[in-house]
Amino acid sequence: MTTTIRLQHEAFDVAAEAALLTRGRTDIGAVVTFTGLCRADENGEPIAALTLEHYPDMAEAEIARHVEEARARWPLMGVTLIHRYGRITPGEVIVLVVTASSHREAAFAAASFLMDYLKTRAPFWKQVEKVSGKTSIDKIWVDAKATDDAAAERWSEPPPRREAAK
Amino acid sequence: MKLLYFAWVRERIGLAEEEIDPPAGVATVGELVAWLTKRGEGYAYAFENPKVIRAAIDRNHVRAETRIDGANEIAFFPPMTGG
Repeated sequence: MTTTIRLQHEAFDVAAEAALLTRGRTDIGAVVTFTGLCRADENGEPIAALTLEHYPDMAEAEIARHVEEARARWPLMGVTLIHRYGRITPGEVIVLVVTASSHREAAFAAASFLMDYLKTRAPFWKQVEKVSGKTSIDKIWVDAKATDDAAAERWSEPPPRREAAK
Repeated sequence: MKLLYFAWVRERIGLAEEEIDPPAGVATVGELVAWLTKRGEGYAYAFENPKVIRAAIDRNHVRAETRIDGANEIAFFPPMTGG
């Protein structure tokens, strides 16, 4: 399986990353691409930007562990996962997950699994710059969402591991 | 051992990292948090609600009851909000 994991400040080209994963391959029948973007609001209030802090070594290790877990659960042919850090403004990309498989079910499920785990287990923290008044900016740490925990929780049942399946 | 702090835990303590040598009675992550809490106002503020604090030992998520002996690097941080 082709695996690419990158943590970077720079923006990335979604189409180019997806194309790279399937280049020269004729066995891949399904590619799912999820892109997370920076919105211009947080809880209904306008924001000027967000800044992502991360724990570099652990983030890479944690993401690699989840990609391994995804590979154990589904017949994947490729995974690309890119997560940005630093200051990001509305409209910009934050995160990319690309999964490739011979059929769509595995690609959809693995992309969803990876995003759910990324949200709750990968050591990244968002701080938003809220616009208050005409000139002042409040920097506020984003609270974790219970809905993200619930989304990750649904994968915690005994996994349908490929090794066990016929 | 080396301690790392992230996000608002880092801001409240006022440090990104430090070297510490906890006393012998501090055996678990939870006990380390209790010991750190007594080190000053910033620590007390950072750990005022220990239930929300997440920890990692040598880059693996751990629980409050995990033992800290043998750890090189222990990180404390709020619930994660990436993705």
